Amino acid sequence: MYMNKIAQILKKSVFRTLAAIVLGLFVAGIILAVAGYPPLRSMLALGKGIFSSPKYVSNVLIKSTPIIFTGLSVAFAFKTGLFNIGVEGQFIVGCLASTLVGITLDLPPVIQVPLVLLAGLVAGAAYGGMIGVLKAKFGIHEVISGIMLNWIALYLSNYICILEPFRKGDSNGTYQVSEASKTLILGAWKNTDDGRNFLKGIPILGEAFLKTDVNIGFLAAVIMAILLAVLLKKTTKGFELRAVGYNKYSAEAVGIDIKKNIIDVMLISGAVAGLGAALYITGNTPHKITVLSAFEGMGINGLPVALIAGSSPVGCILSGLLFGGLMYGGQALQYEVGAPTEIINIVIGIIVFFVAIMKGVPRLLLKIPRRGGKHVK
Amino acid sequence: MKMKRVVAFGLALTMGISLIGCGGKKKAEETSDKNGKDFSVAMITDTAGVNDQSFNQSAWEGLQEFGEDTGAKVNYLESKQSSDYVTNLERLGDNNSDFIWAIGFDTADALLEVAKENQEFKYAIIDNAYEETPSNVTGVIFKAQEPSFLVGYVAGKTTKTNKVGFVGGIENAVIQQFMFGYQAGVAFAGKEMGKEIKIDVQYAESFADAAKGKAIASKMYSEGCDIVYQAAGGSGTGVIEAAKEAGKFAIGVDRDQAYLAPKNVLTSALKKVGTAIQNVSEKVMNGEEVGGKTLVFGLTEDCVGIPEKNPNMDSKVYEDTMKIKDMIKSGVITPPGTETDYAQFLKSIK
Amino acid sequence: MIEPSKEYVVQMHGITKRFGSFCALNEMNLDVKSGTIHSLLGENGAGKSTLMNVLYGLYQADEGEIFLKGEKVEVKNPSDAIKLGIGMVHQHFMLLEKFTVVQNIILGDECISHLGMVDMKKARKDVMEIANKYGLHIDPDAKISDITVGMQQKVEILKALYRGAELLILDEPTAVLTPQEIQELIKIMKNLIDSGKAIIIITHKLKEIKAASDICTIVCRGKYIDTVDVKSTTESELAALMVGHDVNLVVDKSPAEPKETILEIENLVVENEKKMDAVKGLSLNVRKGEIVGIAGIDGNGQKELMDALSGFIKAKSGTIKINGKEIQNTTPRNIIDSGISIIPEDRHKRGLVLEFGVFENAVLNKYRKMPYSKKGILNQKAMEQFTNELIQECDVRPAGCTYDHAGNLSGGNQQKLIIGREVSNNPELLIAVQPTRGLDVGAIESVHKTLVRERDKGKAILLISFELDEVMNLSDTIAVIYDGKIQDTFLQGTVDENTLGLLMAGGRNHVHE
Repeated sequence: MYMNKIAQILKKSVFRTLAAIVLGLFVAGIILAVAGYPPLRSMLALGKGIFSSPKYVSNVLIKSTPIIFTGLSVAFAFKTGLFNIGVEGQFIVGCLASTLVGITLDLPPVIQVPLVLLAGLVAGAAYGGMIGVLKAKFGIHEVISGIMLNWIALYLSNYICILEPFRKGDSNGTYQVSEASKTLILGAWKNTDDGRNFLKGIPILGEAFLKTDVNIGFLAAVIMAILLAVLLKKTTKGFELRAVGYNKYSAEAVGIDIKKNIIDVMLISGAVAGLGAALYITGNTPHKITVLSAFEGMGINGLPVALIAGSSPVGCILSGLLFGGLMYGGQALQYEVGAPTEIINIVIGIIVFFVAIMKGVPRLLLKIPRRGGKHVK
Repeated sequence: MKMKRVVAFGLALTMGISLIGCGGKKKAEETSDKNGKDFSVAMITDTAGVNDQSFNQSAWEGLQEFGEDTGAKVNYLESKQSSDYVTNLERLGDNNSDFIWAIGFDTADALLEVAKENQEFKYAIIDNAYEETPSNVTGVIFKAQEPSFLVGYVAGKTTKTNKVGFVGGIENAVIQQFMFGYQAGVAFAGKEMGKEIKIDVQYAESFADAAKGKAIASKMYSEGCDIVYQAAGGSGTGVIEAAKEAGKFAIGVDRDQAYLAPKNVLTSALKKVGTAIQNVSEKVMNGEEVGGKTLVFGLTEDCVGIPEKNPNMDSKVYEDTMKIKDMIKSGVITPPGTETDYAQFLKSIK
Repeated sequence: MIEPSKEYVVQMHGITKRFGSFCALNEMNLDVKSGTIHSLLGENGAGKSTLMNVLYGLYQADEGEIFLKGEKVEVKNPSDAIKLGIGMVHQHFMLLEKFTVVQNIILGDECISHLGMVDMKKARKDVMEIANKYGLHIDPDAKISDITVGMQQKVEILKALYRGAELLILDEPTAVLTPQEIQELIKIMKNLIDSGKAIIIITHKLKEIKAASDICTIVCRGKYIDTVDVKSTTESELAALMVGHDVNLVVDKSPAEPKETILEIENLVVENEKKMDAVKGLSLNVRKGEIVGIAGIDGNGQKELMDALSGFIKAKSGTIKINGKEIQNTTPRNIIDSGISIIPEDRHKRGLVLEFGVFENAVLNKYRKMPYSKKGILNQKAMEQFTNELIQECDVRPAGCTYDHAGNLSGGNQQKLIIGREVSNNPELLIAVQPTRGLDVGAIESVHKTLVRERDKGKAILLISFELDEVMNLSDTIAVIYDGKIQDTFLQGTVDENTLGLLMAGGRNHVHE
């Protein structure tokens, strides 16, 4: 009976995911304990690192924004049957394009900001679309071309960002984008004495705004998630995309153009990643790109975000926040307890693992009692 | 030459006055009116992380040593992405660290921004010199050309094929210091022995591409180089690997990298980030005002050099090198760090 | 229940098997006497295959006992079953295409020479010995990919015999065979019985039970119904036992009144995936108000013909015209828009999106049209309303499944959903491929009725089926396809099964010559 009840609860994917998260933290606690760090204090430190100051909460939102975007990009492609591992490359070219436009142009913000964002979006879309075309026209698997294009993006970005006239002095990075390109909220004003004094006067919000890169990115991510959810659920285009994703043969039989849809999906998926990249550049210090020695992982981190979210766009916001919170709070874990930040990667890995195996758990729970109830606690 | 000597001497003198050498540690503690236990120092790494087997690790080791010696509280935060720099620096501020280090020139912009926002904290940065240094920031840079000169001299003395190599990460002013110092050292040794030694210079275009570093070095070895010096971060480990496979010598950088290939690392050009960190942290702890300027560390401060133990090096060569070291310290030789200085240097030894 | 005794090769008593809350087998009994062909009859999903899988060790029974020659045994897995002398030939053959016949037969039970190598010579000799003994004529060195389905089945039977099977289970053995091949199979089965083996065949074809088996056990909804002597029971009686009510096996319809031609196929040539001509100059007409059935064995170009008709692949040459308009090289969407609806052969692959709700599947071919969507925005209400009507009209069960996943429906209800959807598009030409595959008698009846009703409404209907009975009963005109061409066409009632069977197998049509 008891088991059945749990099984019923776990059939809901939301509860399954929650259970996976709790289990992930629990196992992480055990690992911490084994490694010689006090688990309870560690978890407290983690919590403290996320919630103990409005500034921290604000930072979690900021940190989560780009991975929500890449998570959305992956989830959207996944919903339609494509594994967009090329999201890393799309993010990189998005960063590159928006930075270049942001450096080169200096128009009034009303024009400049949309232009810079559009540059990232178009670059990401084109880069994603390339994967779609390769798949649709030549049958090249999107994972293969995606990984290849990721490397091309990395080296392309490294090459361009130290080219004249973008390179700043002797650094291995570009100049910052122009002030007008930035998508910070109250960006310039809060650095003036007036702004600083005014914000200091407001208890919680003040701290959340001061000393953080509060930007429009998170808001945009939420809007994007809703847009994608509506696109998938409420439009004929989304209907087609989902049909192709679930069963391309049936979709073909009812007259849906599969190849066109593959390209469309990758265009949209890339555009989402590219827009996220542009918002990342315009909303976060250092507002520029540098030579990367390895992938930063903004795109790759989108994969677990989408996985934990079960590919639901709105779910991506929550799992992106979880992921961002863990990454940001993990710093405190290291600072307070001295545990290596790698433990956070382990936690995330374990959560993804549990999300994956949790699907089988309800069935397992229903099976155990018959096999011999006494073995079950 | 004479002029240069004077300048170098003057520089050394100022350093000697403005800095208390690393040896003066104990004394500093005694004279400190501020107890080390009330003092806390923290650092943020750049994206290479704290176990990078390079300057982040050296920095943290130095900081830990500082903590042990003085009883000060030390801690660090690791940065995973360049957007972490600001938030990590902010977090250290929240934890009321008295003195905050940012490691690597990558962190420069972020530190500048945070320092502006938080006038109440003191900051320092390794490997960066600002054009205008804020009053609460200290820049710390190293004369990379000095140890590079020494290892170049060692290479010149040791080479049998009369051909040596240099593998850089990405071509920029910092790496050029390594390259020109090295070339000058090789040339100096060649002059001493009356022979011409060729130098093959190549760049890996990355600080993290071990495979590329290995490929370049392998080619150098097969083309007759028997010693290759690398200043290429992660790419450099590939160079050492190539030396191991070819049975030739590589020269390590930043840290004593002999442990990577005990039989194939001739020596290493040390950049004692840890020593510099201890040095500066101690000043700050003692209430000395170091903000608003850039400190330059070199052989004089014992913040660069080569390891004391070099099992693969001829002891005669080591002795000669130590003499060179003293000559640099005393200003007799000024290793060049830029192209113009290098050209001048070549002229001067002709 | 019969007491365990030596006379019986297999006795399964009180077998119960549950899957979750679903009871697939409820106290099933089966007693198979040595030296008999025992058939297991039941509708789709009645539990025949489940029972045999329990016997073969693929499933474990929750309750019940199994006796072999009077001794209680436990079969934990197929290798136990093989050791106990039980062999099973599955509906879908488990053969390696690239291997030869002998290699396939000895796979997993190779005789090893003292050098550790496979002794192919001995293996070949052993296999041929068994083959000759039971009259299973095979080419031992042919590759599986080069031989016919009937041959492959013989290989499967040999595989079981090679492993020393005393009891053979044949799961739907005739589904893929021509009438001639079926005759041969029956002969082989008789040979096996004569040398002391026992056979259980799973089938829902009454005619074959009558022709081949001695004793028949009838299963209905996981329950044991009866065991009867086949010779003294008529087909209708068997059918009645199977479904629980009398079934009308003959399709009830009036003579066709064909009008103008809708579909014209002329000299159509279509390549298969291997770039070889599979449809080789096929011509066929379908008129309003008639059902044209294409009889033939799988693999004679039906698939490629359908792919071309659906617009999935382009025709190499020739034309397909609908109402005089050429459509052979257009897109699937254009074909649908020109008034063709297709009930695909594979429901899961081509017919439905299983992860979609029933309501989404119901509008799969019309979501772009008003009122289901407007300017690219879906209208959930209209979709729901339409689905509710369709569910009611086509008797899709369970009622109120509008928002269930299509994958949760049973096969018959999925088919009803597809047919309802396609018919509701009001097409001029309705093409049905294997529309009753895997359905039980009740569902078959309903599908047939729908097709006849649409014909009576004046639609043109093209039926492609591998079930000769179905084509013969349902079609007004019967066309026989062989090797990518229509061999001959007949009006219903002017041709008998043997003639068709001969044509389907590539024989000459003596009647017309």
